[in-house]
Amino acid sequence: MDLASAKMIGAGLACIALVGAGIGIGNVFSALISSVARNPAAQGQVQPFAFLGFALAEATGLFGLAIAFLILFVF
Amino acid sequence: MAIEIHPLGQFQIERLIPIHIGRLDVSYTNSALLMTIVVVLVTALLVLGTRKRALVPGRWQSLAEMSYEFVADMIDTNVGHGGREFFPFVFTLFMFILFANFLGMIPYSYTVTSQIVVTFALAAVVFIGVTIIGIVRHGFHFLRLFVPQGVPAPLLLLLVPIELLSYFIRPFTLAIRLFANMLAGHTMLAIFAGFAASIGLLGILPMGIDILLVALEVLVAALQAYVFAILTCLYLSDAIHLH
Repeated sequence: MDLASAKMIGAGLACIALVGAGIGIGNVFSALISSVARNPAAQGQVQPFAFLGFALAEATGLFGLAIAFLILFVF
Repeated sequence: MAIEIHPLGQFQIERLIPIHIGRLDVSYTNSALLMTIVVVLVTALLVLGTRKRALVPGRWQSLAEMSYEFVADMIDTNVGHGGREFFPFVFTLFMFILFANFLGMIPYSYTVTSQIVVTFALAAVVFIGVTIIGIVRHGFHFLRLFVPQGVPAPLLLLLVPIELLSYFIRPFTLAIRLFANMLAGHTMLAIFAGFAASIGLLGILPMGIDILLVALEVLVAALQAYVFAILTCLYLSDAIHLH
């Protein structure tokens, strides 16, 4: 296998990390919605934590995406 | 005909004023220029905004007050008692990262926080500072941070290395989180812009995606500054209160 196609495959594999980020972000917001539906008064308290969780979950997926970009464009 | 695209070209460092001291290259680069602009803008907002000290604040003054109160609230809820003395540090970090991220969103400008050396320097300052604060405050007792309370002794053999690892990995995750967000976001914008430029009339579709992505990136820019500041608060809280 030549280097160019190996790079393409590697970048594609690195993007699998986005599966986890998708599940994580979905979890964060489903938990936010169900908790606010149960207790609407708590919205102000839980929303900052939800966005913190969103940012942390999103970042893990972006690690994979950054690796994919590095494979494609740097090496 | 495909147009050649270089999505990572936007992160190129250029020497604006070459300065060499001996063999050390301390040139004034486009990255340094943007950092200077960030510092000038933040200083201008706070100095000019609070100059009048009106009882009923105008636009600039309320902006300055809002940013002050936002960070002060963050410290009060996350660090609690004894956190206010670290307010200047957290506020500076937050405003610097926020303005750097936002200035990076302007087309053809430069994103300072997309360089890992910048984010790692910030994260290393936080990590070293927090560790020194913890050691000065608690001395040898600081090591209790790595020993969870109320855990049976055999489990400690497993838990203490994990706690140690998760402590020493902090500067890296803190740095890579901000850097990867900025790098991936801006590269994605450039890639979709490249699609739009290369496929002619159909390019309106990637163009539309790009517009939505800009909205997402503005959100991410603010959110990552917030996350960096709040994690600094949590680490400070760990060092001050030892869990």
